[in-house]
Amino acid sequence: MTACDGCLRRTALIGLLAGHVDRARRDHRHIRELLALPDAALLAALAGDRRCALQRSYEQIAPRAARSRLAAARLHAICRHDAGYPPRLLQSTDAPAVLHVAGNPALLAALAAGGAPAVAVVGARRAGQDALEIARGLARGLAAAGVTVISGMALGIDSAAHAGALEVGGPTLGVLASGADVAYPPSKRGLYRALVRDQAVVSEMPPGSSPHRWCFPARNRTIAGLASLTIVVEAAERSGSLITAELAQELGRAVGAVPGPVLAPRTAGSNALLRDGALVIRHAQDALDEALGIGVATALPRRDPGRLETPLRALLARVADGGDTVSALAATPAEAQQALAGLAELELQGFVRRAAGGRYVALA
Amino acid sequence: MLSVHIVRPSLRPMLARVTTFAIDGLASRRITVEVDLRRGLPAFTIVGRADAAVRESRERVHAALLNSEFAFPQRRITVNLAPAHLRKVGPGFDLATACGVLAASEQVPAAELGRWAVFGELSLSGELRHCRGVLAVAEGARRAGIAGLIVPRECAREAALVDGLAVAGVESLGEVAAILRGGRPPELPAGPLALERPGEALDLADVRGHPAAIRALTIAAAGGHNLLLSGPPGTGKTMLARRLAPVLPPLSRDEAVAVTRIHSVAGLHAGGGLVSQRPLRAPHHTISAPGLVGGGTLPSPGEASLAHHGVLFLDELSEFSRSALEALRQPLEDGVVAIVRGQRTIVFPTRFQLVASTNPCPCGLVGSDRCRCSQADVARHRRKLSGPLLDRMDLLVHMPRPTAAQLAARAGTSSADVRAEVRDARARQATRLAGAAVATNAELTARVLREHADADARAHAALQRAYARGELTARGHGRVLRVARTIADLAGSPRVRATHVNEALGFRQEDAIEGTLAA
Repeated sequence: MTACDGCLRRTALIGLLAGHVDRARRDHRHIRELLALPDAALLAALAGDRRCALQRSYEQIAPRAARSRLAAARLHAICRHDAGYPPRLLQSTDAPAVLHVAGNPALLAALAAGGAPAVAVVGARRAGQDALEIARGLARGLAAAGVTVISGMALGIDSAAHAGALEVGGPTLGVLASGADVAYPPSKRGLYRALVRDQAVVSEMPPGSSPHRWCFPARNRTIAGLASLTIVVEAAERSGSLITAELAQELGRAVGAVPGPVLAPRTAGSNALLRDGALVIRHAQDALDEALGIGVATALPRRDPGRLETPLRALLARVADGGDTVSALAATPAEAQQALAGLAELELQGFVRRAAGGRYVALA
Repeated sequence: MLSVHIVRPSLRPMLARVTTFAIDGLASRRITVEVDLRRGLPAFTIVGRADAAVRESRERVHAALLNSEFAFPQRRITVNLAPAHLRKVGPGFDLATACGVLAASEQVPAAELGRWAVFGELSLSGELRHCRGVLAVAEGARRAGIAGLIVPRECAREAALVDGLAVAGVESLGEVAAILRGGRPPELPAGPLALERPGEALDLADVRGHPAAIRALTIAAAGGHNLLLSGPPGTGKTMLARRLAPVLPPLSRDEAVAVTRIHSVAGLHAGGGLVSQRPLRAPHHTISAPGLVGGGTLPSPGEASLAHHGVLFLDELSEFSRSALEALRQPLEDGVVAIVRGQRTIVFPTRFQLVASTNPCPCGLVGSDRCRCSQADVARHRRKLSGPLLDRMDLLVHMPRPTAAQLAARAGTSSADVRAEVRDARARQATRLAGAAVATNAELTARVLREHADADARAHAALQRAYARGELTARGHGRVLRVARTIADLAGSPRVRATHVNEALGFRQEDAIEGTLAA
């Protein structure tokens, strides 16, 4: 599990040029096109009038120094010439030269050696409560069946997917737009620590980098490249998740989406994917059938409401049917008393979750 | 027109003493007004740490005497307000000064003045005007062992709340002179002892579509719990909060006297008699810290004290300044606020029930599709609310926008029903808490709470499960148990059962542990 000098130089070059890429993108250069260029051409394309200075810096890059920086940041590095590099990712010409891994490198090794199944679960940063629960449930089911859940650790759906996989002990892999030793977004520091402790986080950027705009679509290409199936849980039109889906499609990977209400703008993008022929994903079983083959793995049995007492079962049915607040479930204070006690019982037994604004969500 | 009553005062020096009182915090201090008349160029001087309003009293006294057909002695007049180290403010010394001048110039007999204390502001016509703090003055007079108190007629019924003190309510300086000449004091004005306030008219039946909030209000009223209402603007949070005070049990006489004293000192109590309704104070969010808890060079009670034995409602809690909310800590913890001025400390009682309302996020629509706040906005908004204040909020209830059908529904629970429920629950609490030195479940400390909650095994299990699942913090654990105790009292159950705990869990705050990893 190592990185060769050439690939380390390439990574250092990307670090040098990171600030120049967004300008080139304004000139309508496609990010994948740029990242597929060899070192010299990349320098020529991006450096502009600072070319001489950057050329000199490039020549001075010392792989040995890069290795000691990696060791200091406690990162593992795998380059595309290493046997431990995930083969699925190698299929694209613009694959990252080096993957930096924070956490458990065995997770990446498993993707390489046995070609362990991996599914990307991505979606909107600003997502509805129900969509967050769906992502969480999907990831829980996939991870419990041994499928690596890949996502981008962003707010919203991405984090919910990681959290769902963590609930059953993984496996799950976070792909970052910053360096692998930088928790981005900062508010997800808790999730980052949990991932690094038990799972893994990877990035192609050199250690310590903070993300530029172009790093996000570049990160998406890595997510799409690592997974055999990409599922979009909720995406508005022009969402970053749609870029991931498009990249997956270009690589010839399967793309799925969770259907949402047709009138809601926040599900317009994912619904459009379905219209264009993406797979309909309702729950973890659908995703497992797609990723592993029909009937190969059975998702965790969903919690069985059958063993609940009748009034609780009726209450759960009403919550699942959209009665998400106590006001919607009760007309009088006496009924509210019943509803509150019932909801707390359902919550304790894991059938519902109380979300922001006092709303209750039935768990998938 | 004016037939001046000519007196020919003797030319020897004369001295008169009159007893009056100065407001000091919520109490009063005895002040002796000494008036000295002697030969010399006509002058009128007031000494004894008097502020501008007291020095202006010279002009009022001068005019009032002449307009009441008394003579104003053309002598050298010195008025001393003793003890001299106390600062004297306000117009309450007018009447005492006028009486002193009358006695020193032998227009009224000085002997009778020893039996009375006088307190009141004069108008130029010689009429007496309403003064703040009369109840505190009457209590001071009673404590000083003075037989009678002469006050403006408007304030007479307030002064008469103090037993064992003869109160004369008079309308003019002329009537005061008549009493001092041995006349019979006028009868107290008639009227009910207790004042009715329009608060009675606020009924819970007007609130539509908030069954959980009405239930929370009932629990809050029964156990004295502080209540946090969360919801988008315009859903009826304020409407609900204003209906808490009317369902609380009526004030006891001692409580009513305490409330009247504070409101009287603050100048909010006109018309005399006793305040019988629990006060509701709803200060605007621009209020300063001294405005909220009391302050000023001569400290006067703040909103927290004005809400003593009543309800303090803070609408849009997150809009209040940090310093104002911080200042509420001591009143919430101790039930009093101590203000230090110079070498003295003035203590105002602040035993109020706190109701606060807040938007769940800056736009108020968090959790719905229309919310346009970023995660950072919501986090910043929550941070503003965090801290010691939230620790004191036992109940959190969400008030989503009611649907059209709910708004059109027939009237719901009435205040009378809730009042009856609250009364029964309070009675059960009182029996149970008889030896505990507190009156309500909300005041139970952690240790006493465990003893009193008497939770059965399943209730304990429910609490443990919630704690283990990270749905409760350690502090939240105590809050839920306290609320469960009140729910059990409402249900008439001696023990706290699982269903009570479950309902209380529905009113818990969203603690930090929840959802830290996801979204």
